[in-house]
Amino acid sequence: MRLDLLATLNAERAARRACLVVTELASGEQRLVRATEIGGDPLAPVLREALAQGRSGLAADGAAFVSVNIPAPRLLLVGAVHISQALAPMAQITGFDTTILDPRTAFATPERFPQVRLLAEWPDLALPAYGLDAFTAVAALTHDPKVDDPALEAALAARCFYIGALGSRRTHAKRLDRLAARGFSPEALERIHAPIGLSIGAASPAEIAVAVLGEIICALRRPARVRAEGAAA
Amino acid sequence: MFAREDDVLEAAELWRREGRGVALATVLETWGSAPRPVGSHLVIDDAGHFLGSVSGGCVEGAVVTEAQEVIASGIPRRLEFGVADEAAWTVGLSCGGRIAVYVEPVS
Repeated sequence: MRLDLLATLNAERAARRACLVVTELASGEQRLVRATEIGGDPLAPVLREALAQGRSGLAADGAAFVSVNIPAPRLLLVGAVHISQALAPMAQITGFDTTILDPRTAFATPERFPQVRLLAEWPDLALPAYGLDAFTAVAALTHDPKVDDPALEAALAARCFYIGALGSRRTHAKRLDRLAARGFSPEALERIHAPIGLSIGAASPAEIAVAVLGEIICALRRPARVRAEGAAA
Repeated sequence: MFAREDDVLEAAELWRREGRGVALATVLETWGSAPRPVGSHLVIDDAGHFLGSVSGGCVEGAVVTEAQEVIASGIPRRLEFGVADEAAWTVGLSCGGRIAVYVEPVS
């Protein structure tokens, strides 16, 4: 790989933009294709599919190799609560770049959350700089609409790959009414996972954390399945 | 623990900028059980330092050796390892899988 191409690739990765590197194996020729530039590439259909699947592999009957570079998944936990104390370290072990947001400074303390990035601010203030995107999962866990709702609105607008919200069906029904009143369509609101987490009978905060993390991993690795199950529920 | 892929690609750039001879190995194809997915990277320098992985530690030694020739010649090559190949068995892809690895210079 040429150093200039490698440097461009690393810059795209650092900026959290998806891109592909195509290597013609016979000649060793390489090109970097940004997600926005796929249409102009001779292998456009293959590249589109590779990016959608997030899967690198051989193409053009083995004559080329397509390397897919997708930003590392991030997890934003809204609420420095008991569930987050279990969920944050588990998510970090699983490879999620994890951040906790909670404007309540009594909750968002380094003592309660060692080794995790903390944003002790309101969502509207902190989220523009954090930069929600399609490679970020958001779990709203405060039970407080003043904190959860703005974060959910931002996550819906940014098309985060997973959006979950803690609360009973009744709590969630009220939440949907509020968000609908703010202009969100029923289709958009269906993207919120609630009650949050896989149905494994989780009882303790740590068990709920496992259920939530499992649901997030499913959304990352098997997006179609999550959609199908969501529609059936 | 495996290095993240970004660490590997960042190291490849950094090492080259430091003036080292550098090769990048990438898993092209896997058959059967293989510990690292297609697209995984291993970066190697001309002193034999390496970061990342293309298998569960089974064939890295052989890839590092081949990488020295790639760095010296500047010509990429494709390597295959698997149980059907006696030499590959010696380097030990004991999981029973087969993998193809592309090794290229960073120039």
